[in-house]
Amino acid sequence: MFKRMENPEAWDGFEGRMWKQEINVRDFIQKNYTQYNGDENFLEGPTDATNKLWDMVQRLQKAERAKGGVLDMETKVVSGLTAYGAGYIFPDEPELEKIVGLQTDLPLKRAFMPFGGIKMAEQACETNGYTPDPELHRIFTEYVTTHNQGVFDAYTPEMKSARHNKIITGLPDTYGRGRIVGDYRRVALYGIDNLIYYKKQDLANCGDGTMTDDVIRLREELAKQIRALQGMKEMAKIYGCDISKPAKNAREAVQWLYFGYLAAIKTQNGAAMSVGRVSTFLDIYINRDLQNGVMTEAEAQELIDHFVMKCRMVKFARIPSYNQLFSGDPVWATLEVAGIGVDGRSMVTKNDFRFLHTLENMGPSPEPNLTVLYSSALPEAFKKYAAKISINTSSVQYENDDVMKPVWGDDYSICCCVSATQTGKEMQFFGARANLAKCLLYAINGGVDAKNREQVAPAYSPIKSEILDYNEVIEKYEKMMDWLAGLYVNTLNLIQYMHDKYYYEAAEMALIDTDVRRTFATGIAGFSHVVDSLSAIKYAIVKPIRDDAGITVDFSTKGDFPRYGNDDDRADDIALWLLKTFLEKIKKHHTYRNSEPTTSILTITSNVVYGKATSNMPDGRRAGTPLAPGANPSYGAEKNGLLASLNSVAKLPYHWALDGISNTQTISPDALGHDEQERINNLVQVMDGYFDQGAHHLNVNVFGTEKLIDAMEHPEKEEYANFTIRVSGYAVKFIDLTREQQMDVISRTCHKTL
Amino acid sequence: MVKGYVNSLETFGLVDGPGVRFVVFLQGCKLRCKFCHNPETWSMSGGEEWTAEDLFNHVRRYKTYWRDNGGITVSGGEPLLQMEFVTELFKLAKKENIHTAIDTAGQPFSEEADYLDRFRELMEVTDLVILDIKEWGSERHRELTGFGNENIIALAKWLSDNGIKMWIRHVLVPSVTDDKDSLKEMHRFISALKTVERVEILPYHTLGLVKWQKLGIPYLLEGVPVPSDEQIKTAEDILINGK
Repeated sequence: MFKRMENPEAWDGFEGRMWKQEINVRDFIQKNYTQYNGDENFLEGPTDATNKLWDMVQRLQKAERAKGGVLDMETKVVSGLTAYGAGYIFPDEPELEKIVGLQTDLPLKRAFMPFGGIKMAEQACETNGYTPDPELHRIFTEYVTTHNQGVFDAYTPEMKSARHNKIITGLPDTYGRGRIVGDYRRVALYGIDNLIYYKKQDLANCGDGTMTDDVIRLREELAKQIRALQGMKEMAKIYGCDISKPAKNAREAVQWLYFGYLAAIKTQNGAAMSVGRVSTFLDIYINRDLQNGVMTEAEAQELIDHFVMKCRMVKFARIPSYNQLFSGDPVWATLEVAGIGVDGRSMVTKNDFRFLHTLENMGPSPEPNLTVLYSSALPEAFKKYAAKISINTSSVQYENDDVMKPVWGDDYSICCCVSATQTGKEMQFFGARANLAKCLLYAINGGVDAKNREQVAPAYSPIKSEILDYNEVIEKYEKMMDWLAGLYVNTLNLIQYMHDKYYYEAAEMALIDTDVRRTFATGIAGFSHVVDSLSAIKYAIVKPIRDDAGITVDFSTKGDFPRYGNDDDRADDIALWLLKTFLEKIKKHHTYRNSEPTTSILTITSNVVYGKATSNMPDGRRAGTPLAPGANPSYGAEKNGLLASLNSVAKLPYHWALDGISNTQTISPDALGHDEQERINNLVQVMDGYFDQGAHHLNVNVFGTEKLIDAMEHPEKEEYANFTIRVSGYAVKFIDLTREQQMDVISRTCHKTL
Repeated sequence: MVKGYVNSLETFGLVDGPGVRFVVFLQGCKLRCKFCHNPETWSMSGGEEWTAEDLFNHVRRYKTYWRDNGGITVSGGEPLLQMEFVTELFKLAKKENIHTAIDTAGQPFSEEADYLDRFRELMEVTDLVILDIKEWGSERHRELTGFGNENIIALAKWLSDNGIKMWIRHVLVPSVTDDKDSLKEMHRFISALKTVERVEILPYHTLGLVKWQKLGIPYLLEGVPVPSDEQIKTAEDILINGK
């Protein structure tokens, strides 16, 4: 039923019609945003309130670190939208916070979230010295089925073995899958009541009365979404806010939007809980208030600072094995700035500067995972400011808007580290990754894992020759990849089914169109090692070294061979073959809920754990050592400097890996230029050159190895408290990494010229 | 077609010329600077064989990173020992308007007519000469590098007289190349040159030490410390600002 939404007070001065006839935030943005091509000189420093609040949060973070990484945990209350009363950083001075709302009743206190799996929730408490209420254990084992329970009830022995042997690994079967970005802007623009109205319409129009599985499931999900929307109103009421109606000014807009996000992080503990593309949207409200003279620039910055501060405070209770996988306590509160509209206008507003400026006002920080949607066509002043912030804080990542826009339009968000998703129109089934390095070794050994001699994959005939023959290896590898791709997709199908059933993301999905497009995100680990190993087999002489049982446990490689990362087509073509082949094999299989299969080459910090489970490789990589992260070339492989390495990665077509191709590079400041201005210009040039070739992603770190070593040896130094570095797909505080991962970061190539 | 012998390629040089540089390190150098951080480039044999055309086709893949602020720098080793090759490479570059620079210590330079003809041909396609002045005073220069420096001084003057842009560099090694009077002399000399765009102090570092050990060459500066920030500042004040 058609209804035009009207709200004279809240929407006064806003242009456009379409967004009033339907839920359509993109149309609202396009009709109302104001481009900004100037420089950063308009920006304001932190207010006294910001300094006071941030000082307190830093003190709490310090106490958290002193306590071993967790400040406080809930043991009795199950997290939910209205599980707690209001929480503030300074309970006696709540008015200091322009943007309010905490996950629990106290800052940095971690909620109890058992729906992903009660065992994990309990273990998270216990390893941190907390004892969860035994009654909760009884409820969530005797009466409630959790996601984890559902998955393990249905797993086949083959799936369990593949998981146990870490050929498929990091699966979201013990934690929330995350990666769903609700369109939190809808709360601000429309208010909850309008959103409920449309979801009720959808429910009324769901199905023709024939109750197929699909219809029943969707009707139930819509009912859950409507309840979640009502719950959000209640949650906001606790803080004295009525979000049933649209936001009337900038402060309400930021606050309403944050309440939408808060609903997500109170109900889900997904690996990635991203904020989305909110910067340009919020600028419209700020700009209106500035124009109307009811707000100053200092107040505008304060709003953004306080919102970002809240994003910096998001915490989840995690278990040790999770922390090994995703080190440094990340939540991927990913938040985008910049980008270029479909009509060619830059979407950079003053607010995009304000978000980057939070890294100056409150210092470097890993969260929110600030992401610049990059194009060489962005305004020069903005590119330079972003480069400057990168050089000073190493807290920003860059993703190529020019390659993402044709696929996802101009209103996509990044839903984890690097993966794009259309805001409010899409959700993603996160699927961790398959270890293709291990798969190559399985191909050589006929499915036997050299680590423990288990027959994990089918017993295809192993390679018996004295010298590895490229064609024979490829033939066997393809066959093994066929097996792996099938098992991997089906394992994920099962996981996603159970997650929908037992841990449905009602609050996030309530802020996404009912007719949602779904992507099915697979991933690749060990990419560079496979490429280099195949190159060694092709261009050098590789002899397998076998033990008494005939299992290949090592390789002797004689002669030179080209390695991925040197802009050498001989190696880089193998990389292209590998990506294309694996993607094609994934695509053969049915994917849950008719989702669109994609793949990625990003490993996050899990490259360390995956490496532990991977034996010796023909490229010379030793058993147990970390794999190169993401799409990065292997350690020590790059012989011709940064740009050759970038050129190799840039050859991988983004549309073959729509879930993302992550590349992390560290540049020594001295090597980047003589002075600050030169460094800024040079970094902009590097990014222009890289992204103009169609590359997807770049994490930019600017510091020397000496600083890392000193920070590792002296984590207590004040200057390192917030020392942030980019790792594959996110940022972490360096001192929060395990020593093993610190060593891994240090050993990676730091680009500098002697 | 003359072949070039290349020690290594660095695609990301940001201090060896203006902007983003593709740096070609050629094989071979006659100087034996005690602080050399690339002793593996000394040998006159070895190196990867390239034609100028192949190398240029490889180098131009990096054009996308240069825009109007970057280009090719040929370093070494000593680029002037393979002058014909460099000239060929730069001719190709200039056809596509790519900025060209050489990073030289000037040792092979000579004012003989035949040499100058060939040198002039190179300079016609060279936008910038980065000239290392290792030490002031020919004897001290010989002590440090094995060669006197009369011809290097002559090179600087020739470049100045012929309108070739220059960057002058001096590696600062405490107690070895930091003599204040020498730095003053050097400053006076540089000030009289007409085409110098930049003067730089390069602080001595020991990152190349491991290469000496690998090559089994005794390192004579063992125990010499890297300069302190203060020492660098003092040297910069004298050499660059004439204080």
